[in-house]
Amino acid sequence: MSATDHVVSLEEQVDQWRSYLRRRQAIHSVDVAELEDHLREQIAVLVDAGLATDEAFLVAMKRMGSLDALSREFAREHSDRLWKQLVVVPSESDDSRPWARTDAIVACCLAVAAAVAIKLPALFGMQLDQHAGFYARNVALFVLPLVTGYFAWKRRLEAGTVRWLAVAFVAAAVVANVYPLASLGYTERLTALHLPIALWLLVGIAYAGGRWREGGGRMDFIRFSGELFIYYVLIALGGGVFTAFMALIFQAIGIDVEPFFESWLLPCGAAGAVVVASWLVEAKQSVIENMAPVLTKLFTPLFAALLLTFLGTVLWTGRGVDIERNVLIAFDLLLVVVLCLLLYSVSARDPQSPPGAFDVLQVVLLVGALLADAVALWAIAARIGEFGFTPNRVAALGENVILLVNLAWSAVLYVRFLRGHGSFRQLERWQTNYVPVYAVWAAFVVIAFPPLFRYI
Amino acid sequence: MPASRATGAIMEISKDLMAASSTPIVLAIVAEADSYGYAILQRVRELSGGHIEWTDGMLYPVLHRLERLGLVEARWEVAETGRRRKYYRITPAGRAQLAEERRQWQAVDATLRGIWQALAISVPHIQQPSATPLRQGA
Repeated sequence: MSATDHVVSLEEQVDQWRSYLRRRQAIHSVDVAELEDHLREQIAVLVDAGLATDEAFLVAMKRMGSLDALSREFAREHSDRLWKQLVVVPSESDDSRPWARTDAIVACCLAVAAAVAIKLPALFGMQLDQHAGFYARNVALFVLPLVTGYFAWKRRLEAGTVRWLAVAFVAAAVVANVYPLASLGYTERLTALHLPIALWLLVGIAYAGGRWREGGGRMDFIRFSGELFIYYVLIALGGGVFTAFMALIFQAIGIDVEPFFESWLLPCGAAGAVVVASWLVEAKQSVIENMAPVLTKLFTPLFAALLLTFLGTVLWTGRGVDIERNVLIAFDLLLVVVLCLLLYSVSARDPQSPPGAFDVLQVVLLVGALLADAVALWAIAARIGEFGFTPNRVAALGENVILLVNLAWSAVLYVRFLRGHGSFRQLERWQTNYVPVYAVWAAFVVIAFPPLFRYI
Repeated sequence: MPASRATGAIMEISKDLMAASSTPIVLAIVAEADSYGYAILQRVRELSGGHIEWTDGMLYPVLHRLERLGLVEARWEVAETGRRRKYYRITPAGRAQLAEERRQWQAVDATLRGIWQALAISVPHIQQPSATPLRQGA
């Protein structure tokens, strides 16, 4: 045993103690620094008095008092800290201050760039109201490259990856704009809907940095997407209130703000908000509880009950599914919702913990959704000949199959897990491996559907 | 881990009394000279002759409360050990508060002294010494 061994183990012990303290939300890192100074001085004094370092550490710890009691006292003094605050610009004593500020500035610049980008075509005579189709096809291309750029900068992506992403965006822009699509026809609408989904994968590759090939990196991206959606909705609600007040007070002096709102505020705000929301999710990820899993916990039982009631009613009354034009899309959306409920409960679940009541509920939800979808598909399959294969219907059918395969195999994996034959990790891996499938299908719709259906 | 109370002490001084006395004690020590947590605790130990010993960690919420109330102000400095250290200095409001606390504690002290003297005379007369102070204190 040499003196350096003691020093190393002391450092380790202090490190461990510090990390325990950091987990207490009432004790901020400044306070940890203050307490650590105290602890080290106490240890130094005890060592001078002849104690070995590990003994000194134990005595100093004991004098410091139990962490629980300490954090309780801190919580009483700083009760505001129990409400986690998103500190966009951290306090002066925080070491991460300059970095967080640069981050905020970069995000802000990119948000402005997105707002400018969406107005750029207007310079060349492409007005929003006259060229709605052009804007619908390209909306993702105005915004997502900037979000990707933000993460490319933040994760310090290698030049090779950046080049590859840029090529993908350029290719997407070419595909979206060279086809002679009928204005506001089926294929143009499909492109407008599917291009953002395909390009979202590129955002994910940038977001995950070098971890896209790992399940963990993809799962983080799934979490990010859910939180981003929630933040975006919140920002949109705030924007709605803001606009309402703007309209009200300008109405009072006889000015109509609607033209300004339609051609400037709405497009620029909607584009910039994507970047701002991405930055907020990044900034807050460790500060505030994730919302998507909370909503999942609330709505999984409700959706499970809804589906069971629906199936029960179908069985009881013998009513067939009324085939309307949009019924397939409605069931696609149902599967998407169920998939989200599954994904965000998977994303928040500790894979090590044993099966519980909520897992049973998930399986009920999955099986319910599969059966409901089977009922709808059965009805549609019987009459698909009458309807013919329009692009919309083929796309909706393809999506239905993709979601059905995912959910069916998820249900199998989940049941295996419940019966103790498999681990939860398998389900997680299945979901993270499946992520590119959505993007590939969306890309297929964008690239192959217009020529297949003669650009109608 | 020992179950330490908020301000556990060698001499079992009640939690309420500790809470009440911590403000004047800390303010008075900081009024002597700018100080930091460890040194303040050393000074408490010294002044009380080792009788009062706070659980070390508990001093910090007290200091933070005084800081929030504007009675002390804090600054970070680099100590001779090379570590960053948070020093506390008393503010004018803190001095005023200390003077006020001092008057109050002197009044309490004077009252208690009076009672202790009266008890010292009366205790031998009364045969149940344990019950009497309680009733008087109530």
